[in-house]
Amino acid sequence: MKHLLSTSELTRAEAIDLLDTAEQMSLVSTREVKKLPVLRGLTVVNLFFEDSTRTRISFEAAAKRLSADVITFSAKGSSVSKGESLQDTAQTLSAMGADGVVIRHSGSGAPHRLAHSGWIDAPVVNAGDGTHEHPTQALLDAFTLRRVHAGLPASAPADGAVGRGLDGAVVGIVGDILHSRVARSNVHLLTTLGARVVLVAPPTLLPIGVESWPCDVVYDLDAAIRDHPFDALMMLRVQQERMHEAFFPTAREYARRWGLSDARARALPGDCAIMHPGPMNRGFEIGAEAADSPRAVVLDQVANGVSVRMAVLYRLLTGQSTAASGREGQS
Amino acid sequence: MKQRTVLDGAEIHRALTRIAHEVLEANKGPEGLVLLGIPTRGVPLAARLAEAVARIEPATDAGALAGALDITMHRDDLRSGRLRSAAPTHIPGGTIDARTVVLVDDVLFSGRSVRAALDAVSAIGRPHAVRLAVLVDRGHRRLPIRADHVGKNIPSALDERVGVRVQEIDGEDSVTITAAGGDGR
Amino acid sequence: MTTTLIRAATLPDGSRADLGIAGGLLVDPQDLGTPTTVVDADGLLALPGLVDMHTHLREPGREDAETILTGSRAAAAGGYTAVHAMANTSPVADTAGVVEQVHRLGRAAGYTQVEPVGAVTVGLAGETLAELGAMADSEARVRMFSDDGHCVWDPLVMRRALEYVKAFDGIIAQHAQDPRLTEGAQMNEGVVSAELGLPGWPAVAEEAIIARDVLLAEHVGSRLHVCHVSTAGSVELIRWAKSRGIRVTAEVTPHHLVLTDEEVRSFDPVYKVNPPLRTQEDVHALRGALADGTIDVVGTDHAPHPSEHKCVEWTAAAMGMVGMETALAVVSHAMRDLDFSTADLARVMSTRPAEIVGLAHHGTLAIGTGANLVLVDPEAPHTVEPDTHETMGRNNPFRGRTLGARVTDTFLYGTRVFADGELGTPLAFGEAGPWND
Repeated sequence: MKHLLSTSELTRAEAIDLLDTAEQMSLVSTREVKKLPVLRGLTVVNLFFEDSTRTRISFEAAAKRLSADVITFSAKGSSVSKGESLQDTAQTLSAMGADGVVIRHSGSGAPHRLAHSGWIDAPVVNAGDGTHEHPTQALLDAFTLRRVHAGLPASAPADGAVGRGLDGAVVGIVGDILHSRVARSNVHLLTTLGARVVLVAPPTLLPIGVESWPCDVVYDLDAAIRDHPFDALMMLRVQQERMHEAFFPTAREYARRWGLSDARARALPGDCAIMHPGPMNRGFEIGAEAADSPRAVVLDQVANGVSVRMAVLYRLLTGQSTAASGREGQS
Repeated sequence: MKQRTVLDGAEIHRALTRIAHEVLEANKGPEGLVLLGIPTRGVPLAARLAEAVARIEPATDAGALAGALDITMHRDDLRSGRLRSAAPTHIPGGTIDARTVVLVDDVLFSGRSVRAALDAVSAIGRPHAVRLAVLVDRGHRRLPIRADHVGKNIPSALDERVGVRVQEIDGEDSVTITAAGGDGR
Repeated sequence: MTTTLIRAATLPDGSRADLGIAGGLLVDPQDLGTPTTVVDADGLLALPGLVDMHTHLREPGREDAETILTGSRAAAAGGYTAVHAMANTSPVADTAGVVEQVHRLGRAAGYTQVEPVGAVTVGLAGETLAELGAMADSEARVRMFSDDGHCVWDPLVMRRALEYVKAFDGIIAQHAQDPRLTEGAQMNEGVVSAELGLPGWPAVAEEAIIARDVLLAEHVGSRLHVCHVSTAGSVELIRWAKSRGIRVTAEVTPHHLVLTDEEVRSFDPVYKVNPPLRTQEDVHALRGALADGTIDVVGTDHAPHPSEHKCVEWTAAAMGMVGMETALAVVSHAMRDLDFSTADLARVMSTRPAEIVGLAHHGTLAIGTGANLVLVDPEAPHTVEPDTHETMGRNNPFRGRTLGARVTDTFLYGTRVFADGELGTPLAFGEAGPWND
């Protein structure tokens, strides 16, 4: 594993190994010294062509806990200069000796291009590209889910989940699938780990071609809640700009049909975790009762994001390019 | 391939029992002891050492004595060689502060693993003392490190391989030494 | 007078014959006397010079991408004796002045016959008809009009354009793309776009416009040419329209006969093109349609771009591929498993396009017509190396592939503008000759 560009490239063993490593990383935050020396002397560059304070801070914290030096490059480029600045920036970073690049970009495939264009020879981590993928978000979702599915607290380090997949788990992903890199990454990763994924969305917010994805697709949230014993329901954020593009008639109608209202939250199985990649539109895709319920693991997802990103940086930047071998079956 | 057995199962058992006595003697009893095995084979050895301690001091709970200390993240060769997966760290009782940590490993060779273990220990807390127990000391130290408790000293040539097998992982207990070019373990 | 004898060439019908050239025209080799030049064409195919109904020469305005000179040289190297230069230049070729400039620069270059295409609407904006009659009456004698790059989307504007050009036997070449259905589109909409998260360009956005246009052409009794057909559904519509007797002709590009949207998984913008690469099913349908005549011609849609518009991330990259220098080899390769003869190859790449646009001196090897022909080595495996090509564009999607057929010589009105795999001497269009007819 040289880069992390897409969860579809991860084998089950690689994914479990990353999650297991993340469990070790999560222990670090409970220790006297909340830092590991593993990336001492290495430089991680955060290359953010699109604003995302949350993801950027999470990657920064992860790199710093591994003792790496962090350079953050926020380049919210104009549409004309965007391309040139990616190549030029990459080559500049390469000349400066970046040992790893974390890239966020509004264009699908930009991290792939950076990794394979020959502009730079450092490992590339996709921190979200257009409407393509957001692999570390999916990893932190899977990490959180794995703890929940093992009956463990979502927030505490737990050896009990180590070595396991998500076999038998049923996960619903609700909302704007069409424009969601989180959904794409999760569909691949969760199914690779053995979970069954059910997408719930208005037909206008599902991509043409979704039938080739390894998941079920339904339009009706109430029917989905009735028919599937969800272990977790992931509510996706609906971007403000979609409201004006006629994907659905009005925000009110969307909330009524696809929002996780209080009544729907109560209809879910008692142990069903409620997830959201944040930030939440309260009263729109998610109601207050669901957002504030003890079953909501939204803040745990944020905390676990640092551990997962530590695991990813550790795996990629320690320079071991051979395929990862998971410990599943050995322990 | 020339391989000879230097310790068999019974001898390993005796060595661990003797080390248990030494550990108790040095610590003046089981009070405040914590035995941390270094993965992979140090972990079951630490567990067995704890059982040996419990046999000598029946009031002691072996399970509350033995744990594991992963050193992967503190190795100085992290960026070379094969991929290493971190193993779980488990601290019985949750803390090492003010306790006597006995690091348990199968073979003491260059001393680099022990250096990494000392770093790992100091990242976790501040013990009263740290001691080192190894099943085999094969010499060839590269760092100023020595073991406090040794099951057996085995003088070896640099190009020989010392292989430790334990029941819990390998299905049998043995320590072998294999001549250059042979396949140890 | 320079005379040339081409000896023992294999003609499209499979027969072997000598070809004579004198005064820029094909003549009976018996009448040559002692030729000035003898070209040994033993083992080579002689085809009528290729005619490209669809190319982008970029000049005026984007001389950093291609010039009429470099594009003409690329045409000669690709075996094209006539190319139609699309109107999306800067300024747009929507006036007699611009088309005459392109025409003159083409004659000055002398490597191929450059036929300017006039814009249908002013500034390609789709609103007001450009002065189509003025362009037709100009020195450039424009007969084909297209807003290529943009669709003539307004049905009323399209109807008027179709009707108006009947006055001078013109033809409207439509870039069929519904703009609303393709806002922000980056690739074919389907399984691959769903996975890659790239905004989709659905087949229906092309098919809906073609369906509308063939009905309009039928209603007003005009000729319609459909540029770069890319979907199986479009093929069905055109087949249906032809069966009704509608005067529609259709074109396919070499790349749509070979490549699919699976290439986009590499995120390499060399595969970014408009219309986008489609599916394997579409490729099959297009090949079949070219073989059975539903699709009339191959047009290259040669679209050079400077590297800074391609060496970027996918979403920021320009659309388009170069193709004139690999077209013949790519089409031969694409059609190798079909019932598709050398005569068919000559038909779709030369004869039909010449007929559609009315170039009497092209598309034929008949005695007395312009000596526009190309010699092809049908079995010359070679690796595509865009860096050695005459075009300034390096955005050739076939880079590194091994292709079979290779152009060895191109004769433009008897002048050997491409000779033995090398650029030859240009034709002096300024002198008297049949090219002025």
